[in-house]
Amino acid sequence: MPAFLIKSVVFLLCLSPAVWLAWQAFNDQLGANPVEVLTHQSGLWTLRFLLLTLAITPLRTLSGWRYPGRLRRMFGLYTFFYALLHFLIYLALDRALFFDDIWQDIAERPYIMIGFTTFLMLLPLAITSNNRSMKRLGKRWKQLHRLVYLCGLGGVLHYLWLVKADLLNPAIYLTIFLLLMLLRIKPITTWLTFRRPSLFSH
Amino acid sequence: MLIKKPHDIKPSEITDESHYLNRRALLQSAGLMAGGLLLPSLFNPQTAEASVALDSYPNLKASAFSTDEKITTYDNATSYCNFYEFGTGKSDPSQYASKVKPKGWEVTVAGACDKPGQYTLEDILKPHALEERIYRLRCVEAWSMVVPWVGFPLVDLLKRFQPHSRAKYVRFETLYDPNLMPGQKRNVLDWPYVEGLRIDEATHPLALVVIGMYGKQLPMQNGAPLRLVLPWKYGFKSIKSIVKIEFVEKPPRTSWNLSAPREYGFYANVNPAVSHPRWSQSRERRLGSWGKQKTLPFNGYAEQVAHLYKGMDLKKQF
Repeated sequence: MPAFLIKSVVFLLCLSPAVWLAWQAFNDQLGANPVEVLTHQSGLWTLRFLLLTLAITPLRTLSGWRYPGRLRRMFGLYTFFYALLHFLIYLALDRALFFDDIWQDIAERPYIMIGFTTFLMLLPLAITSNNRSMKRLGKRWKQLHRLVYLCGLGGVLHYLWLVKADLLNPAIYLTIFLLLMLLRIKPITTWLTFRRPSLFSH
Repeated sequence: MLIKKPHDIKPSEITDESHYLNRRALLQSAGLMAGGLLLPSLFNPQTAEASVALDSYPNLKASAFSTDEKITTYDNATSYCNFYEFGTGKSDPSQYASKVKPKGWEVTVAGACDKPGQYTLEDILKPHALEERIYRLRCVEAWSMVVPWVGFPLVDLLKRFQPHSRAKYVRFETLYDPNLMPGQKRNVLDWPYVEGLRIDEATHPLALVVIGMYGKQLPMQNGAPLRLVLPWKYGFKSIKSIVKIEFVEKPPRTSWNLSAPREYGFYANVNPAVSHPRWSQSRERRLGSWGKQKTLPFNGYAEQVAHLYKGMDLKKQF
C-alpha cells in the first residue's frame, strides 16, 4: 500500500472519535448530561493519543519495527488536537465561559491546574512539530520535545486527581504510562530483547 | 411538633398548581409514550429493555411545596444516576438495577424510640396518604434535575416510632447485598451506605419519604423501594433503598463524609458560597440542557429551611 494511503487511513481513523462525538452531540445522543460526556471523552482521547505517541519508541526498541515511527508526529498532533478540543469544551460548555468560575478553578483545584499546565506544555510541542522547526532548533528540538514525558505524567495525574472515589480507570492509564516509561530504560530493554529475539529483525 | 406553613406560598398559587400538575402529568405521559415509540433500543438499551413492570399511583394529592419549573424527562432522571451500589458510572445503575425487583423488603427501626422493631414495607407505607411533590434536586457534582416524586412526609413516619427526647439525630442505612448490588463487591465506599439528619431536619415538612416518581413506582436505580428526598441538600444526602432507621444521640458518621471529610460535610446543604474542592458550586446544569444556571442557597428552599441553621457558620459546617 502506498505510504500516503496508509497515512490517510490512519489520519481518518484518528479523527473518527471526534466526528462520532460531534455526530452524537448534534443528534441528541449523548444522554442526560451531554457536556459531561464531551468533556470526559475528549479528555480520554487526549490521554489515549498521548500514550500511543509514547508507545512508538518502546515498540521500535522491542520489535525492531520501524514503520510506526513515521506516524508518531501525526499521533502527537492528534494528542494536541484532542487536548485543544478538551480545553475548549471545558471553557465554552463545561464552564460556559463564566470566567469567575474558570479563574477559581485554575487557582484552587489542583487537577485543573495540572490539566491547564499540561495543555500549556503541549502547545510548544505542537508549534515546533514541523520540519523547519526541527532544522532550526537542531539539538534543542530533542531537548524541548522531552517535555512530552511531563505531559504524560501531567495528563495521568489530572485524571487521577479529578475522580471522586473509584480510581480504577485512572490507575489503568497510570500503569500503562509507567510501563511505557520503564520500557525506555536501557538495561530493561536490553534484557527484554535479549530474552526474546526481535520479530521484525532485518 | 408544631409545623408552620411556609409563608412564601399564597393560596392562589396552590389551586393553580394542581391544575398545572394535571396538565403536566398528561403531557408527561404522552411524551413518554411518543419517546418510547420513536427511540429504538440502539442507544439506550438499558431503558428500552426495562423488564420490571412498575405499578402506577393514580389520584396523588398535589403539594404546595411543588415547583412549576420544567420537569426533567423520565429517561434522563432514570438513566443518569449516582448509585455506587450498582457501579460508579452514571449509566451503571440503570443497566444493572433495572432487572432487580426487591421482594420481601423489611426495615429495621432501632435506637432511642418506643417502637423499635422489624417492619415490612407494607407496615411502613400503610397509614400514609401519598402525594406528588415536584422538587429540585441538586447534585454535589453541579448538575440538577426537577422530579415529581411520590411519597409522604418523613415526619409522619418517624412520629409513629415515638422517638425519645434524647434522640437528637436519625441514622439511615442502605441495603448491603453484593449479590443484588454488584457495585458493593468493590470497596469504593465503606458499605453499607449511611446517611444521617439532625432530628429537626428530619422532621421538617420538606423532608420526604419517597416510593415513586413520575406517578409510578420508583425504579430500582432511583432507590426503590424506599428512599429519602431532601431537596435543600446535595443529592447524596437523599439516601436510597433504606433498610434501617435508627434514632441516635450523636451525629452518625456518614459515608461520603467518611470517604472525604474535606469535601463532604455532615450537613451538605446546597450552598453556592461554599466552593467544593472539585466543583464550583455557584452554578449548575439541568439534566438535558447545555447551559448553566445560578445555584440558589438551600437550592431555592431557603425560606423554608434557613431558620434550622440560624447562628451556624455554614462555611465551616458545610
